[in-house]
Amino acid sequence: MIDAVVQHLPAWQVVLPLLGAPICILLRRPAWAWAWTVLVTWATAACAAVLLRTTLDGGPWIYEMGGWPSPIGIVYRVDPLAAFVLLIVSGVGAVVSLYARRSLTAELQTTRHDLYYAAYLLCLAGLLGMTITGDAFNVFVFLEISSLASYVLVGLGPDRRALTAAYRYLIAGALGGTFILIGIGLAYQMTGTLNMDDLAQRLPPVSHSRTVLVSFAFITVGASLKLALWPLHHWLPNAYTYAPSVTSAFISATSTKVMVYVLARFAFGIYGEPFAFEELGLGRPLLVLALSGIYVASAVAIFQTDVKRLLAYSSVAQIGYMILGISLATPAGVAAGVLHLFNHAVTKGGMFLAVGAMAYRTGSTRLEDLRGVGRVMPVSTLAFVLGGFGLIGVPLTAGFVTKWALLEALWAEGLWPVAIAVLLSSLLAVVYVGKVVETAWFHEPSEALRARAEAPVDLLLPAWILVGLSLIFGVWGAWTTGVAREAALRLLGGA
Amino acid sequence: MIRKTVLRVVSKALIPFIALFAFYTQFHGDYGPGGGFQAGVILAAGVVLHGLIFGLAETRRVLPPRVVEVGAALGVLVYGGTGVLCVLLGGNFLDYDVLPEVLGMGGQHLGVFLVELGVGLTVSSVMVGILGAFSARGREL
Repeated sequence: MIDAVVQHLPAWQVVLPLLGAPICILLRRPAWAWAWTVLVTWATAACAAVLLRTTLDGGPWIYEMGGWPSPIGIVYRVDPLAAFVLLIVSGVGAVVSLYARRSLTAELQTTRHDLYYAAYLLCLAGLLGMTITGDAFNVFVFLEISSLASYVLVGLGPDRRALTAAYRYLIAGALGGTFILIGIGLAYQMTGTLNMDDLAQRLPPVSHSRTVLVSFAFITVGASLKLALWPLHHWLPNAYTYAPSVTSAFISATSTKVMVYVLARFAFGIYGEPFAFEELGLGRPLLVLALSGIYVASAVAIFQTDVKRLLAYSSVAQIGYMILGISLATPAGVAAGVLHLFNHAVTKGGMFLAVGAMAYRTGSTRLEDLRGVGRVMPVSTLAFVLGGFGLIGVPLTAGFVTKWALLEALWAEGLWPVAIAVLLSSLLAVVYVGKVVETAWFHEPSEALRARAEAPVDLLLPAWILVGLSLIFGVWGAWTTGVAREAALRLLGGA
Repeated sequence: MIRKTVLRVVSKALIPFIALFAFYTQFHGDYGPGGGFQAGVILAAGVVLHGLIFGLAETRRVLPPRVVEVGAALGVLVYGGTGVLCVLLGGNFLDYDVLPEVLGMGGQHLGVFLVELGVGLTVSSVMVGILGAFSARGREL
């Protein structure tokens, strides 16, 4: 029995949430479906933790689906990078699931919570599948599973505008998915294989053909669209703003991160650094777009009047830091990007949960309705502010660890103007975080707000777990930095 | 359209054959992958025809929405359950070789049979569910 669990961990990683979803529908009652979701997501997170431990010690773990060996069958391939992303996604999924019950009761228009939980677990399964699979076409299949589920998660928002936001997300997501599929198809045409390791061996000899060039272009643009790289980010702000709080926290912390992983996997693990970066020079355009994205999105965030929207634009900017690291194509740069996947996931996830806690009591996320909320709900506001420090990159927060790693990587490449630009960009984050702090603490709360109490503990606890993690790994960043470095080295080393 | 005699009689006669053809598609050549999706769509087409002719209320009486939902969920569980069964019998996930021989079907044969059964069940349920969701237009699921 123990063997059946341990030897098949890569399969369970995806199968648990995938089969957990239909069981939610069979359970039907909101309380039962919720309890089941919590159980499944924590078990999934435990799988990811064990996988990370195992792969850090040894080589990649190849799991043959259906017993068909690679490259004929579909294999799951877990290396430290994949395991790290698995842990981020499933960990956030587990913490957010604790929060879901109370928040959904307030925000969802339907009483059919079991359907929401089913979509939640399917989205989780899709994201984990994209990360774990060693088959290029399988990436697309899981991409569609997670995307379709996330449109549902967004569209169920309390505001009717959630529907148009979800529709827009669907159009952009379908475009991105199609682009990735076209790219995979063209690569298949040239090599006759879909297995990632096999592709990595067979692509270099034919890499001068136009087909391979076009396939890589399609995959890069498709992934950039899905990960909301500026200026392809227009689907993101509305989707995060009008979605239920649970969705905003979960999607913002996981889905774009997985797409960054997919881009890195294709660029370094399949097409290879010599082709993508030395020959095609992908680094410079990515660097320019990332840096512009950081500045433009941060500036736009400053002028937002809705806290969730502000956080959404901040996400676009933070994605810029990840891509900036990856664009260097050095172990240190990629490690900084990977590190930020984790640090931003816990920081932003915690902040969205904190805003959700405020919305639970006040019924609004607009800044004007949250005046003085810090005096009425100090615990949730403090969680938000500490998260905000992480976005700025204040020392002792996870955001600082990333920025430090990123600056070191930039300095090592002699890109000191970019390093200075990164430092200055933090000032924009100071402004938009400061704006929320000012509204929350330096205003007298209105009469209506004064009558509200602090959010209940089942909303505060998950928010504080994530914010707490961002502080713990801000002080004790050696572990995350070490894992990210190991993951980047193995990715670039092709091992 | 229930008052149009020709439509009513013809569709009444046709629906069993549509269902039969769906099962034929499902189970013919069942040792090869594929077919479950098509069979599910054909079966659902029979239900859609029933809904068009006799009205959705009548279709709901014959096939309650809860049954459709459970069908969609069960199909996925049949598929995934086959994979889990393979693990419990000592193989990899969905490794049909370890499945026992049942009714003269070898492991690979039985595995594909079960998996396609799950696909057919889920696809037909979801198709019927989509019809219900569209025609109810948010009034109820």
